[in-house]
Amino acid sequence: MITAEALTKRYGPKTAVEGLSFTVRPGVVTGFLGPNGAGKSTTMRMILGLDRPTSGSVTVNGRRYADHPAPLHEVGALLEAKAVHTGRSAYHHLLSMAATTGIPTRRVHQVIRMVGLDEVARKRVGGFSLGMGQRLGIATALLGDPATLVLDEPVNGLDPEGVLWIRTLLKSLAAEGRTVFLSSHLMSEMALTAEHLIVVGRGRLIADTSVADFIAGAAPDQVRVRTPDADRLRALLFGPEVRIATEERDVLEVSGVSSDDIGRIAAAHGITLFELVPHRVSLEEAFMESTRDAVEYRVGGPSVGTGATSAGTGPNTRPRTGPRTRGRAA
Amino acid sequence: MSTTITPGTPAPDFAARAAGRGRVTFVRVLRAEWIKLRSLRSTFWVLVAAVFVVIALGLLVTSGTVDRWPDTGAAERARFSAPNASLTGLYLAQLAIGVLGVLVITGEYATGSIRATMSAVPHRLPVLWAKAAVFGAVTFVLMLVTSLIAFLAGQAVLSKEHIDVALGDPGVPRVVVGVALYLAITGILAIGVGAVVRNAAGGIAIVFGLLLVLPQVVQALPTAWQDHITRYLPSEAGQAFTRWHPSADALSPNTGITVFALYAAATLAAAAVLLRRRDA
Repeated sequence: MITAEALTKRYGPKTAVEGLSFTVRPGVVTGFLGPNGAGKSTTMRMILGLDRPTSGSVTVNGRRYADHPAPLHEVGALLEAKAVHTGRSAYHHLLSMAATTGIPTRRVHQVIRMVGLDEVARKRVGGFSLGMGQRLGIATALLGDPATLVLDEPVNGLDPEGVLWIRTLLKSLAAEGRTVFLSSHLMSEMALTAEHLIVVGRGRLIADTSVADFIAGAAPDQVRVRTPDADRLRALLFGPEVRIATEERDVLEVSGVSSDDIGRIAAAHGITLFELVPHRVSLEEAFMESTRDAVEYRVGGPSVGTGATSAGTGPNTRPRTGPRTRGRAA
Repeated sequence: MSTTITPGTPAPDFAARAAGRGRVTFVRVLRAEWIKLRSLRSTFWVLVAAVFVVIALGLLVTSGTVDRWPDTGAAERARFSAPNASLTGLYLAQLAIGVLGVLVITGEYATGSIRATMSAVPHRLPVLWAKAAVFGAVTFVLMLVTSLIAFLAGQAVLSKEHIDVALGDPGVPRVVVGVALYLAITGILAIGVGAVVRNAAGGIAIVFGLLLVLPQVVQALPTAWQDHITRYLPSEAGQAFTRWHPSADALSPNTGITVFALYAAATLAAAAVLLRRRDA
């Protein structure tokens, strides 16, 4: 369990994180999304006590990271690829980390095998590829068999096999009841790995919600309908929540009605359909939509919210992700 | 690279484990820093260089002394210090140790490994104390052996002119041990400087400036000031402990080494304050 409360970090005049409040629960993989410069890495560094918050606090399992007597057993972290001395071997890096908390050498060999670095463990890290560096970072995170994992861009630089491996690993770790918190800019990967999302933009919280709700909230699904009887169908589908756009004479872009319902209505009235294609909004589209709004709010209108309002209101609150149809139906 | 998650891994007892085991203790941090120090090639090569220059320079200087001794005047003969002649390498070794001390800490900042280190030891200060203790101890032990070898080899050369001294002669053990102690404190001072500036080039420049350039700058000051300032400079104070014949202008050996140790302690204290305050 990671709990951030009104977390704020300023570097001189620049605000990296502002009033960020969220909870990362055990048992599910939680994704941390945001455009570059949104404050993801800064937040992760504050979780690990590397950066001191300007105000607010962040705790792991009820304590500040530094207050845990055995931090590596509590939180495993992958902060950036190769936070390792380039002149040292992977084995000695892990051995020195293990030594700080009395982890036996046996465990060092175990994590090296687990991430598949057996053959290069005695080589200097300076010669490692990005993917090998990531594997070493993951080995470091797993060293203390921690209940909480904080991973900044863990799939960065991994080959497809490595990406699949880490996805399976993270899901199994979460299934064991651990807290898994990872950032990634690869939306498709996040959609496959994470169940819950914390989305930030410009250092502020945009959404704290499940992946499914986030996608649903950002933009409604659309259905493309091609029918020779477009005018009749349009009249039949009409309703307060329904938006219908027409691109071509016999094509309707419908939102607010599921493809199932459109099919039933058409059948009931004997309308021939040539195409009935539901288009699901991808996480990427949802993300672009949400973060674009954050930027707009920052420049002009009212604040998107400090995030403080969501503090402690329970795990399933989704304060700022109501359905938004604006700008979609033309 | 082929990797799989072992299926059927027993359910981890990570919660219970975190509660009782794996406390970060100072002894464990010491062990970690010892592993780090010995697992870098730069450590090995710089220390080999330091050992080599102390022994080699001792042999060179004593050989030269023996060669010229018949032509050496009485005044110079009276000033001659047999133990110090065999330990001339100190002046070069301090540079090697100073560089390595700076690198011990700035290497972590340059590579980003400092973040791994600080996440393992979030209280941070034990890392600084452990680095200073491990590097100081390694330097002291290694340089004590080196100093002894250089001394014995140098005296063997000097014995041709019967101007050698024995290890048991008054004041001689202080010189032999003093060289190792001076170098160990130099190493700790360098770690402190490195931790303050967090940059190898800057740290090395400052250490060299303190040990080499500052005495030269003071030479340019009015003579009346020099006498008051020179003896308190880090290198002058520390080397007072390593001189067999204490110079009249210098601090006494014990005061000198204490002043030098205080410089190192003050630098380390400044580093500690900054380490707690700054983001890693």
